[in-house]
Parts: sequence; C-alpha cells; structure tokens
Amino acid sequence: MTQHYNFAYLDEQTKRMIRRAILKGLAVPGYQVPFASREMPMPYGWGTGGVQVSAACLTPDDTFKVIDQGADDTTNAVSIRKFFEKTAGVAVTERTGDATVIQTRHRIPEEPLTEGQILVYQVPIPEPLRFLEPSEVETRKMHALEEYGLMHVKLYEDISRHGHISTAYAYPVKVEGRYVMDPSPIPKFDNPKMEMAAIQLFGAGREQRIYALPPYSRVVSLDFEDHPFDPSKADHPCDLCGAEDSYLDEVIVDDAGGRMFVCSDTDYCGSRRAAGHRGRLAAEDVA
Amino acid sequence: MYVAVKGGERAIDNAHAWLAEERRGDVSVAELSVAQIREQLALAVNRVMAEGSLYDPDLAALAIKQSRGDLIEAIFLIRAYRTTLPRFGYSEPVETGRMACDRRVSATFKDAPGGQVLGPTFDYTHRLLDFALEAEGLVEEAATGAPREAETPHVTAFLNAEGLIQEEHVPEDDRPRDLTREPLELPAGRPLRLQALTRGDEGFVLGMAYSTQRGYGRNHPFVGELRIGTVPVEMEVPELGFSVEIGEVVLTECETVNQFTGSKSEPPQFTRGYGLVFGQTERKAISMALVDRALRWEELGEDNVGAPAQNEEFVLYHSDNIQATGFLEHIKLPHYVDFQSELELVRKLRREAMVGEKREAAE
Repeated sequence: MTQHYNFAYLDEQTKRMIRRAILKGLAVPGYQVPFASREMPMPYGWGTGGVQVSAACLTPDDTFKVIDQGADDTTNAVSIRKFFEKTAGVAVTERTGDATVIQTRHRIPEEPLTEGQILVYQVPIPEPLRFLEPSEVETRKMHALEEYGLMHVKLYEDISRHGHISTAYAYPVKVEGRYVMDPSPIPKFDNPKMEMAAIQLFGAGREQRIYALPPYSRVVSLDFEDHPFDPSKADHPCDLCGAEDSYLDEVIVDDAGGRMFVCSDTDYCGSRRAAGHRGRLAAEDVA
Repeated sequence: MYVAVKGGERAIDNAHAWLAEERRGDVSVAELSVAQIREQLALAVNRVMAEGSLYDPDLAALAIKQSRGDLIEAIFLIRAYRTTLPRFGYSEPVETGRMACDRRVSATFKDAPGGQVLGPTFDYTHRLLDFALEAEGLVEEAATGAPREAETPHVTAFLNAEGLIQEEHVPEDDRPRDLTREPLELPAGRPLRLQALTRGDEGFVLGMAYSTQRGYGRNHPFVGELRIGTVPVEMEVPELGFSVEIGEVVLTECETVNQFTGSKSEPPQFTRGYGLVFGQTERKAISMALVDRALRWEELGEDNVGAPAQNEEFVLYHSDNIQATGFLEHIKLPHYVDFQSELELVRKLRREAMVGEKREAAE
C-alpha cells in the first residue's frame, strides 16, 4: 500500500485543499467550512471526515493516537490506526500524553490536552440545527443571521415537558459568542473540556464540512440562567481504577443483569491502575 | 471479566480471512474469472461503472468479484479507487448524434430517420425461467444486418425544427463544476444535478421518477428517444493543439418529451428531461430524465407542488448510495458512550415521572 499511495494516502493537492479549509475554520471558530471531501477507502460514517483531517495534519514526525468511545482497542479505532501506520508510517501510541495528533469518535480524553496537540473529531452530522430544520439552505441562512431562537425554544420545550434538557450527547455549544456548533456526539460530560489548550478540528466527510476551535476558545454549552448546564455522568466510581471523575461505560456482566462501571477512556483507566489505583472489581479483588 | 472491547485487532484479521473464504465459496466449484463477470454479467458491470463514475469494465468486474456480487460494495470499491487517480484534463463533450446505436427506440414517432432498432432488450421476453441455462450450451448466433453508416439524428431535433420543443441553451461557462472535486453547494444548477443523477443510486432515482408518474410532481413524459451505443471520446491534447480520439464508451441516452401548457415565462411547447448514463442502463437513464424534468420546475416557471422529486436539495443529498449506505450502516458501530448518556437521562426522567405519578395517586 505504501508504495502505491502518497504519504497519509491523500495526494498533496487534496491535503492542501483540506488545510485551507482547516485554516479558514480556525479563523472563524465554529463556522462550518465546505470542503471537497474525497471518497476514502472506508465507508462514510466510519470517520472519513476525521481521517481526511488527520491525513492533512500528520507529518512524518507525529505520534498518532486513535480512540473510539474513548478506547484505543475498539475495532474501528484499530482499523483507522492501522490505516495510518500503513499509509503514513507514523509512530502510534495509546498514551494520550505522548500523542501529537489524536483522532477521536465520541469522546474527549480525560487527561487534559496540552499546547501542541491536535484533537481531531469524527463528525456524523455537523449541523446542530439539522434536527430542527432539515434543509441545509435554511440552516446556513440561520447561522449567517445568527438566528438561533429555534434552538432555545427546543431546549425550553424540553424543560417544560421533562423538567430537563433531554439532550445527553452532541449537546450544542456556542463558540466565542457567535456560532452555535455541534460538538459531535460526545457525551455532554465532555463539553466543559472543550475549552482547552490543544487545537480541535472537526471533520464531517459525508456532509463535506470542516470546523475548528483554536486553543482556549470560549465554548459555552447552551442553557438558561435558572436551568444551568449539567455535565452529568453515571453516579459511580470506576470499578477497575476507582476514578470518580471519569466518564463511565456500563457493562452487563451476567445473565442476572449484574453490571459494572468502567472508564470509557482506556488509557486513563490503565494509567491509573498502573499507578496503583484500584476499583471495586479490579483483578486482584476478583481473583 | 472485562473483555467486551478487547481483541479488536485479532477479530478484524480473522473476520477478513473468513470473508475471503466465503467470497470464494465451495472450492469444488470452479472460480469465477473477472473476464466471465465482464462478459456474462455485463449489466451489473454497467451499473457499477455508472454509479462508480469510472468507465472501466475490467475494474468494475473485479470489484463485483471482490464484493461477492454486492453491487453497492463494488461501486464503493470503484469510487475509492477512482478518487486516487490523477486528472489529466477533460474530454470534449461527446456527440451522441454520432453514436453507433445498438438500440434506438422512440415512443413518440412510429418511424423516424435511423429507424426503430430494438437491439438486445429484455422488453419483449417472457419472464420464464430458462432452465436450459442451467446446463451449459452454445447460444445460437443472432442474425446480423449491415450496420448503418449514416449518423442517427435525434428525434427531438425534428420537433425542434417546428419550434415545438424548448431549445436547450449551452451555458456560457460551459465547463460544468465537478461534483467529485468541489463540495456540493445549493442551488446546484442543472449540469451538476445531472452529474449527481447519473451517478446516483439506480433504486433511488427510479423511486423518485416513479413518484412523479404517480402524481407527486407529475410531468407527462413520453420517451422521445432512447438510444444505446458506442460514442468516440475525444480530448484536446495541448501539445498537438487539436482533438484526438482516446477511446470509445457505451452510453445510454434518454430524452423525454414532456407536455407543457406554458407558464408565465414560457409559451406552450414541449420540454425535455435528459438522462445520460454509462453502459446499457436504460432503466436508470429514463428515470434520470424524469427526475431531471421534475427538478426543472423553477427554470420553466412551474408551480412547486412540494413533491420530493422537485426538491433539488432532497434529491441531491439523498441520491448517492455510497454516502447513504455508509451513514446508514455506521449505526452498527459502537455507540456505548452516547447510549450510556441516554440511559442515564432516561433513568433520571423516569425516576421523576414515577415520583410525580405517586404524588398524583396520593392526592
């Protein structure tokens, strides 16, 4: 494969086109920049937007990490990591701190990212207003006119009907006081982390959009004064590493519906266990 | 104990190995060659070329073999390959009037210069399973006739002579945008719409076209002409300063003639829908022509009756089967994290709803 394709698969012209879109995205934080998304050798919906953004960002000196649901060893994360190992020959890692480029689906790592790192999100539907207005022509107009009333009405209706805003993931944010942006389907628990030191790039391949957050951008989850945003998570510590501050997956462990809660961020959990932290069901206790 | 997502890498490798074995099937049955697929499953090959937007019967046949006959998967293989190919330039527009027709029928005139040529069509076959095909056998040779030397003029041109059909204007900027190199922006305009339709999913375009026939944006189409055959492809080579023929492609072209009683901006006349597709793909070409015509409502000053086939954004955003199948099938990827957040939300809402109910019961 490496003999037949350019570094990181895409040809240089295409990468340049994507970089232009990324730069424009960084210049107008939260604005969805149309780009000429290419057909990639993995299906739309499998992270083709993120893969194209990563391909445009990677240099031979980079260290690459891929997570899906917070984990490095989910099948699609494995597949994307392998793709860049093959086509770019870059070093790969599972350690959040060691990576220079991290491609993610549905999570932000627990360990705070630092300056010099790039977090690349895979985005299925970049348009936060899509479920309120199906037409792209209309939603682009709404963004241009900063017409976000519809979104506030939706959130208000949630509260009046359920007592809460019933959006648990892909919770909309407002960037730098201007654009309402879809943070991709991360749990709302991750939203506060988006004000970070690293560059955040969002790639939506099928929908042909790239958007970006420069480091330290102001990212506010939409809410109301009397119903402030609540980044909730399962009310448990991790059963493996005991962490109380990490996002947890619920795993069904027996036929009787018994369950355990474990960190969705496998690197975070592993590092904590390596440092001696133990949860309720950590290996020794079980054995 | 906690093994749910471990071993992804080995699982993938094993799955691929099993897939390869399944693709081959029972090894006591002779393996299918790419040439056999190209020659004997030519209509599948045509569909893969048309929707893959790459005219190469051998590659399309290879893709069909690799995809175990899943044509959308084969189209995907071709698209992913195509996108890596360098662009040398653009051909001259092909002259379908110069087509060496294998088939040419008109539903609007009993006869016309060039004649009605049925060609290799299923149209009048009785759809009875031919069990003789289970056994291998030689096919009787079909009768041949002298090929027509003269060009076969377009049927719609005869209507044009009387001024009865709307003239098609060549846009001033006659180099259309390239759907595969630029992001789709709306309004797309007719050239780009046609580009999207010709590579659009056959089933989707058929369904859209059918919906117009059943009344969702009805546009009274007649097949003015359907022709299938070979056209030369010419390209201007800058070093030479003139066009040279670089090859031939088989195309299916359909022009519909649509009744039109006139609008505020246009006099009563016939109008056209246009379909042009790689290979022998007439279902697709006719469908394309109907949808093209439906999408022209604005240009012709017709009413938008709110039919799906009139909605450019709806049609263009949903016609691509590679986009559609990718997004549809991606929901089988892990969504633990999103689901977990939904679980917690639903539990919370339920808890509060239960408390509310109890309180009401107590009152």
